[in-house]
Amino acid sequence: MDYFLELFFGGLTRGSIYALIALGYTMVYGIIQLINFAHGEIYMIGAFVALIVAGVCTIYGLSGVAILILAGAVAIVYAAAYGYTLEKIAYRPLRGSPRLSPLISAIGMSIFLQNYVLLVQTADYLPFPRLIPDFAFMEPVAHIIGSPELVILVTTVVTMILLTLLIKKTRVGKGMRATQQDMNMARLVGVNVDRVISMTFIIGSALAAIAGVLVASYIGQVNFYIGFLAGVKAFTAAVLGGIGSIPGAVLGGLVLGWAESFSAGYISSDYEDVFTFGLLVLILILRPSGILGKVTKQKV
Amino acid sequence: MLKINNIKTYYGNIQALKDVTIEIKEGEIVALIGANGAGKTTTLMSICGITPPRSGEIIFDGDSIRGVAADKLVQKGIIQVPEGRRIFPDLTVQENLEMGAYLRKNKRLIQQDMNYVMTLFPILENRRNQLGGTLSGGEQQMLAISRALMARPRVLLLDEPSLGLAPLIIKQIFEIVRKINQENNTTIFLVEQNANQALKLADRGYVMENGRITLVDSADNLLANDDVRKAYLGI
Repeated sequence: MDYFLELFFGGLTRGSIYALIALGYTMVYGIIQLINFAHGEIYMIGAFVALIVAGVCTIYGLSGVAILILAGAVAIVYAAAYGYTLEKIAYRPLRGSPRLSPLISAIGMSIFLQNYVLLVQTADYLPFPRLIPDFAFMEPVAHIIGSPELVILVTTVVTMILLTLLIKKTRVGKGMRATQQDMNMARLVGVNVDRVISMTFIIGSALAAIAGVLVASYIGQVNFYIGFLAGVKAFTAAVLGGIGSIPGAVLGGLVLGWAESFSAGYISSDYEDVFTFGLLVLILILRPSGILGKVTKQKV
Repeated sequence: MLKINNIKTYYGNIQALKDVTIEIKEGEIVALIGANGAGKTTTLMSICGITPPRSGEIIFDGDSIRGVAADKLVQKGIIQVPEGRRIFPDLTVQENLEMGAYLRKNKRLIQQDMNYVMTLFPILENRRNQLGGTLSGGEQQMLAISRALMARPRVLLLDEPSLGLAPLIIKQIFEIVRKINQENNTTIFLVEQNANQALKLADRGYVMENGRITLVDSADNLLANDDVRKAYLGI
């Protein structure tokens, strides 16, 4: 039973990270039907910025949790700025052109950002400090769920609650939902659609940065290439849950996390990716629009 | 109040509007009639900045508004109820109405207008928390008009409000449109294929064919005009 719970919480932790990144894919797709392939790179940049800030903070002798919060905050701001700029220079000029053009532009930006970090930083794996301490109160359950997992879970849950409130309650959120449902109609009620799209990139990038910082401090290393695999997994999660659907991205992330964790734990970790992508293929055969994806219907 | 001078609008290389000129005075109800594909919807979308014309002038209250972004035009009080209602399907009736007042700040006045549209269309009160996509066609049209009213329009552009609705509902909608015009002195520009109903409601009318305005006259004269009767009234 303990083993089962350990795998359960392991999967939940992974899954919530996938979900955080998947939200960025799905929100952008929901509004401009673009797969932002450079999204994984934003996550990677978030982790790198956090590494740099953490390095500086360590010199000043701050404690682990304080560094984590500070590094996270700076990473969020940086990633948001990157996301905003990315949309402005790589996607906005291509608005209205065939759907393939911004997609190619996205792949280009992904390659560019990877190589940019490779050149200005290094090709090596860099050690990321362990910022999350072992809490004393976690001692009795430490064999099932550790302190870092707990911090990741709590952070993602809080982030998702804030995101839900933002989308459901605020003016910006309403503008986003309206734009997603009918962009021109949103214009006709006075929504500045360009601003909504910028906001979507900013929010998605901030979420990716949070994921980047959490994973980096959990795994303990960063590299210019980490955005690729994380991006592919999170994209898979978004498609699994139904791309364009926000609850779908969260559910897809969790299903993917559990599928990996349980297949690695009960069968073999060598086949972990085989099972997860097999699951993706299976779900897409049975439900091409994803678990919570909508089959479009319209009343005339 | 709203003057359109010689606008030309294109979709790619295809010219949809060929030198369209229309003038609408404050407080008027003006109808634009014409067959499918004549360019009526394009005219409205050109006014609203969704498909900006390549040349020509659009003047609102003495200012040129050609090329002004759609959301800025909403601020000026040019509000459209588009063809097919285009209710936000996954927002509730209440949220759809709130979207209509998206650019307004005064919560008290917004609430007041919300109550006003609910008295115009009491059915919306019962449907308040239902998703827009679950409403019937007639209810959606009522919601679409109400959503537009939430923006306090100075000129209301209605695109085919009768499309696909039962005769009784059409009658009700047209009566409300007249009421909006009389009670709030809201200028109305009505685009319709249902020429008979539209001209009965309107003060003046324009007839459009293949992207051109072919006839302008008072609504009564148009109703009596032989060509119009043959082509659009089926008499």
